[in-house]
Amino acid sequence: MRIRDRFAKTEARVAPYAFISPFFIVFAIFGLFPLIYTAWVSLHDWSLLAGDQGYVGFANYRELFHDSDFWRALTNTVGIFLLATIPQLILATVLAQVLNARLRARTFWRMGVLLPNVTSVAAVGIIFGLIFSRDYGVVNWGLGHLGVNPIDWQGHRWSSWFAISVMVDWRWTGYNALILLASLQSVPKELYEAARIDGASAWRQFWSITVPMLRPTIIFVSIVATIGGIQLFTEPLLFGSGVNAISGGNSGQYQTVAMYLVQQAFTGQRFGYASTVAWVLFLIIAVFAVINVALLRRIKSVE
Amino acid sequence: MKTKNPLLYVGLIATLIFSAGPIYFMLVMASRTNNEIVSLPPPFWVGGKLSSNVNRVFDNPDVLFRDALLNSLIVALVATVCVVLTSSLAGFAFAKLKFRGRNAMLLFVIGTMMVPVQLGLIPLYMLMTKLGLSGGLESVTLPFIVAGFGVFMMRQFAEQAIPDEMIEAARVDGASTFRIFFSIVFPALRPAAAVLGLLTFMERWNDFLWPFLTLDAEHPTVQVALSRLSSGYYSDQSLIMAGTLVGTLPLVVVFIVFGRQIIGGIMEGGLKA
Repeated sequence: MRIRDRFAKTEARVAPYAFISPFFIVFAIFGLFPLIYTAWVSLHDWSLLAGDQGYVGFANYRELFHDSDFWRALTNTVGIFLLATIPQLILATVLAQVLNARLRARTFWRMGVLLPNVTSVAAVGIIFGLIFSRDYGVVNWGLGHLGVNPIDWQGHRWSSWFAISVMVDWRWTGYNALILLASLQSVPKELYEAARIDGASAWRQFWSITVPMLRPTIIFVSIVATIGGIQLFTEPLLFGSGVNAISGGNSGQYQTVAMYLVQQAFTGQRFGYASTVAWVLFLIIAVFAVINVALLRRIKSVE
Repeated sequence: MKTKNPLLYVGLIATLIFSAGPIYFMLVMASRTNNEIVSLPPPFWVGGKLSSNVNRVFDNPDVLFRDALLNSLIVALVATVCVVLTSSLAGFAFAKLKFRGRNAMLLFVIGTMMVPVQLGLIPLYMLMTKLGLSGGLESVTLPFIVAGFGVFMMRQFAEQAIPDEMIEAARVDGASTFRIFFSIVFPALRPAAAVLGLLTFMERWNDFLWPFLTLDAEHPTVQVALSRLSSGYYSDQSLIMAGTLVGTLPLVVVFIVFGRQIIGGIMEGGLKA
């Protein structure tokens, strides 16, 4: 009896650690270690095939700083990110407000807005590549009726940024609207009742109640969008076609930093340099996340 | 009272057309010949070539589409089962068991959700090569058998779904913690486990960057096979579209059957964050 008691006591003490250890062990090996080791590799001349060619200090970072291809990729990434994220957040907030009304067939509408998110990113890139095709795409065909000459969407910087932003927004706006809707449903209905009695318009209610009440969720959604957006890879990769898609257009007009990273690592076989790109990208994400929070904190709360 | 504002419904219908349109477009293009795809005006109705295009996808020797579907299924299922199990175990421990360092470790778990670990892909590639797993399905499965999001989600659910008295009573009866987990806790976690399973399955089925980098020509997943279809020297649009349709269909079916649960899971997840 006593041995059994002691066994039970030990078991109760060890069990919690046994329960949480699978997560921590696997994450340490396949998540945390690779991320940290990236910083180490970035300080080396490291080749995909030949391995470590020696410590080079910050030489990779100095090279990156003067690498115009990297700066172009960074401009593309930030450009597409802003072009996609700002309209997306606004649309998602409006859509959340609409979905929060007492609607018939609620689940049907919610499934409707989430449908694009079920489609894989690869599929999105392929489908929109055809929709934005220069010679026989639906978009150019439609614009033709408005008297606009066919646009070579892949060919120019702004047009490719626009098309890629449309893909991102198509896939994510509804998803974010649902998250915002969840938070909207926790807003007390009396606030809106009171505003209506005071004669506030729907627009006024939206800006004075909805947006401030949603602030924490908007911050969360925009940080997630930042983490994803700065690492944008698949949509631009599959938007271009052919074997050299990784270069993001003839003059890299829509190559993102993540694409440049992969190109340096696997086409250029420069693991050390590509790790530098990865680590810098990591820092950029951190900076953008901080800017995001700082900006969105300025939305005033409900008085 | 249901809203009568027609403007809302007009807006919703426009949103629906925008969100379902490209998927319908994919179906139309997958059912047409290449000549029809490049004709103007573009076709707007489903044509008669769907089954022959789909057969061409499966018969294409370069992309191994049949294998790809099976591979995606295996990878996604293994990851789903593992994530649900490991997350339930850890989530339960964080919610209901007392141990030293609990809060700090939970904070760490939440932190992992905000860190872009995908950026570690170069060392991950080196690690997989060293382990001799590079190129095979293990390399795209192993890193994803746990998920910080899952742990957090199960913790939040366990917190309110399992009364402390239930665990105390079982302990008094002499049940071990493992026994308590499998006979009391896990059954009670089932609703959340199902949602987590659905979300994990969809995420793994759609995963692209890492599989694209690591998988060899003999072991494609669906998404990798799609990118190979579309990056060929010649572009056979009806073939590409048929492949995209076949690769997307399984998830659309899952979504239509379990839509309510999936939406619930996403909304819960956002609320708790």
